[in-house]
Amino acid sequence: MGNMNNKEGFFNRLKEGLSKTRKGFVKNVDEMIFGEKILSRNLFDDLEETLIMADLGPAFTTELVEEMKYRAGRKELDRPDALKKILKDHMREILRDSELPLEIPRDELYTIMVLGVNGTGKTTTIGKMAHQFKKAGYSVILVAGDTFRAAAIEQLEIWSQRVNVPLIKQKMGADPSAVAYDAVHAAKSRKANVIIIDTAGRLHTQTNLMEELKKLKRIVGREHEGAPHETLLVLDATTGQNAISQAKMFNEEIGITGLVLTKLDGTAKGGIVVRIAKEMSIPIRYIGIGEKIDDLRIFNSEEFVNALFA
Amino acid sequence: MFEHLTEKLDNVFKKLKGKGVLDEESVGLALKDIRMALLEADVNFKVTKNFIDDVKGRAVGREVLESITPGQQVVKIVHDRLIELMGGDASQLKLANRFPAPVMLVGLQGCGKTTTAAKIARFLMNQKKRVCLVSADVYRPAAIDQLSILARTIGSGLFESAPANDPVKICVDALNDAKTRGYDTLIIDTAGRLHIDSSLMDELKKIKDSVNPAEILFVADAMTGQDAVSTAETFNELLDITGVILTKVDGDARGGAALSIKAVTGKPIKFIGIGEKLDAIEVFHPDRMASRILGHGDVLTLVEKAQMAYDEKAARELERKIRKDSFTLEDFRDQLMQIRKMGPLEDLLAMIPGFGKIKAMKNVQVDEKEFVKIIAIIDSMTKKERFDSRIINGSRRKRIARGSGTTVQDVNRLLKNYLEMRKMMKKLTKGGGKHLKRGNFPFK
Repeated sequence: MGNMNNKEGFFNRLKEGLSKTRKGFVKNVDEMIFGEKILSRNLFDDLEETLIMADLGPAFTTELVEEMKYRAGRKELDRPDALKKILKDHMREILRDSELPLEIPRDELYTIMVLGVNGTGKTTTIGKMAHQFKKAGYSVILVAGDTFRAAAIEQLEIWSQRVNVPLIKQKMGADPSAVAYDAVHAAKSRKANVIIIDTAGRLHTQTNLMEELKKLKRIVGREHEGAPHETLLVLDATTGQNAISQAKMFNEEIGITGLVLTKLDGTAKGGIVVRIAKEMSIPIRYIGIGEKIDDLRIFNSEEFVNALFA
Repeated sequence: MFEHLTEKLDNVFKKLKGKGVLDEESVGLALKDIRMALLEADVNFKVTKNFIDDVKGRAVGREVLESITPGQQVVKIVHDRLIELMGGDASQLKLANRFPAPVMLVGLQGCGKTTTAAKIARFLMNQKKRVCLVSADVYRPAAIDQLSILARTIGSGLFESAPANDPVKICVDALNDAKTRGYDTLIIDTAGRLHIDSSLMDELKKIKDSVNPAEILFVADAMTGQDAVSTAETFNELLDITGVILTKVDGDARGGAALSIKAVTGKPIKFIGIGEKLDAIEVFHPDRMASRILGHGDVLTLVEKAQMAYDEKAARELERKIRKDSFTLEDFRDQLMQIRKMGPLEDLLAMIPGFGKIKAMKNVQVDEKEFVKIIAIIDSMTKKERFDSRIINGSRRKRIARGSGTTVQDVNRLLKNYLEMRKMMKKLTKGGGKHLKRGNFPFK
């Protein structure tokens, strides 16, 4: 149990920011940089380890380390702490374009479709989003589009009660497109602003389930011009290199307009998102940092990188 | 799972095998590639490092480098170490000596505990065990409902709990209840939690202390990255888990989590979850998986699957028909149905040794719909047509196409394939071949 206290969540790192004790990734980078006067080979090895442990992936890590070595060789990095600054700037640069919060118009119907593999936290994220939108004065309708998993509808129903927004649902096993159809029409007649559609978790390799999503998207678009306005892919921060494959395949098949990175309150660093941001330039809309209703934050690249490097 | 790793390792091995002379440098280069392949597959950084150091230590010795086939020798060392890393034979659940035997499932949020609980229950019920399920997840909305629905679906026992109850008390009550109702096994589904959430981790410890589980299984998502190790270690330190269940293995996860968790906890992976359906769980065979990673295929599992779907009487009858050249379209249909029973075709193909290496077969998308189509076509024929395909003329073909929602071309193709198959069978029997190839279905 002893080492449990040494590990600290991302959320805490976010809160602690620059000033407090730094753990995990942060601690490692600092030890490396301030602990050594010379940029030895060893330092780069340690840097590599830290980046790989943060799930940035070996190829991307090698790329970053080589870049740092190159700059060090050209004497740009005559002081070890300059390395940190360069790395930090570099990552921030990569992530800056991903920092694009959702903007939801006040006067027209806005539909959001939420996708992802099983167990990433889609339903929880929807609950939290609904809460934020409602607080901001939007009228929100939730749509129980996961008609496959046992009690998925009930789970969303409990969230709809917590947040106090209406839920459109049918029975388990119903066609998700039919539920979404109902929802679009309900939203129009009730003059709602935002529809959030939950979908069943599915592995990105299941082609038949991808077809189901395409149909859902098509039906929503047919019933309401321009819908879905946002197609959010929910990624679990504990996921490793497979997240790339998830992002690519959902994007190819369905088209993704935004990402949500969940479970950053654990010890996982979610570093894979940096690579996704670099390769795919899809905005990261939110990060999930806990199970409570307020534990959803707008993604901020500065904050994210600071939490990694502090 | 593991296709990426298989492919990358295979490339390295090919380069190595071709070399008659090896020096430390070329071994070093090969190991560098292997290292990248492992890291890319999410094998933990430290586990990878130990693995590579170990292989290097064994590979650069004089006996290896100066042997006649140094490349082969290095490949063999990597093979052996990989099998060691994954663990040897499959390990069974140890439930025998206690009634009811409590089995506790623990893990992070979203790793698939609840679905796995039902899958394990169903698996044990197939072994004639009386299984009761209980949910101690009072936190996630509708988690208890989810398990209740699953228990109803599989027809297992269920101890009803409610979100207002105390999780520890739920488990104690459920155990007493399972005892009086005469269940063999009680499967406890716990709430997903972070390993750094000390109060929730403490709750697990309390559950463990009060029900003394026969098995504590750590459920882990096969897609987990580097963090898998720290999570598994913490759960193991606190609870001394007895095994691991790896879920979502049916995707394209590279499976590094499997290797890493085994390496740091020393606890065996007992099951893998391979799909959404409640029967999609398999006993994990480390040796077979290692063989699959190394591109040797997994013939044993394939044979087991075939045996499970295999009906001896039907097979003998089929053989008789083939010998008498009276293999009808109806038999053809039954054959297809039997293959389908074995599971998704893509999974079956992946078990065939060397299949992944065939370039043309890469990314082959086996269309399961094709099966459905063929079966629909045959179903749309009259009994007479099924027994004598020669009477199927143009207008009959049109009718069949309409009835099965296909085109005349589809019907033509099927008939052509069927006739070719019969021709082949005739050749085989005339050749006196005793062993007819089963599952020889001639369509693309």
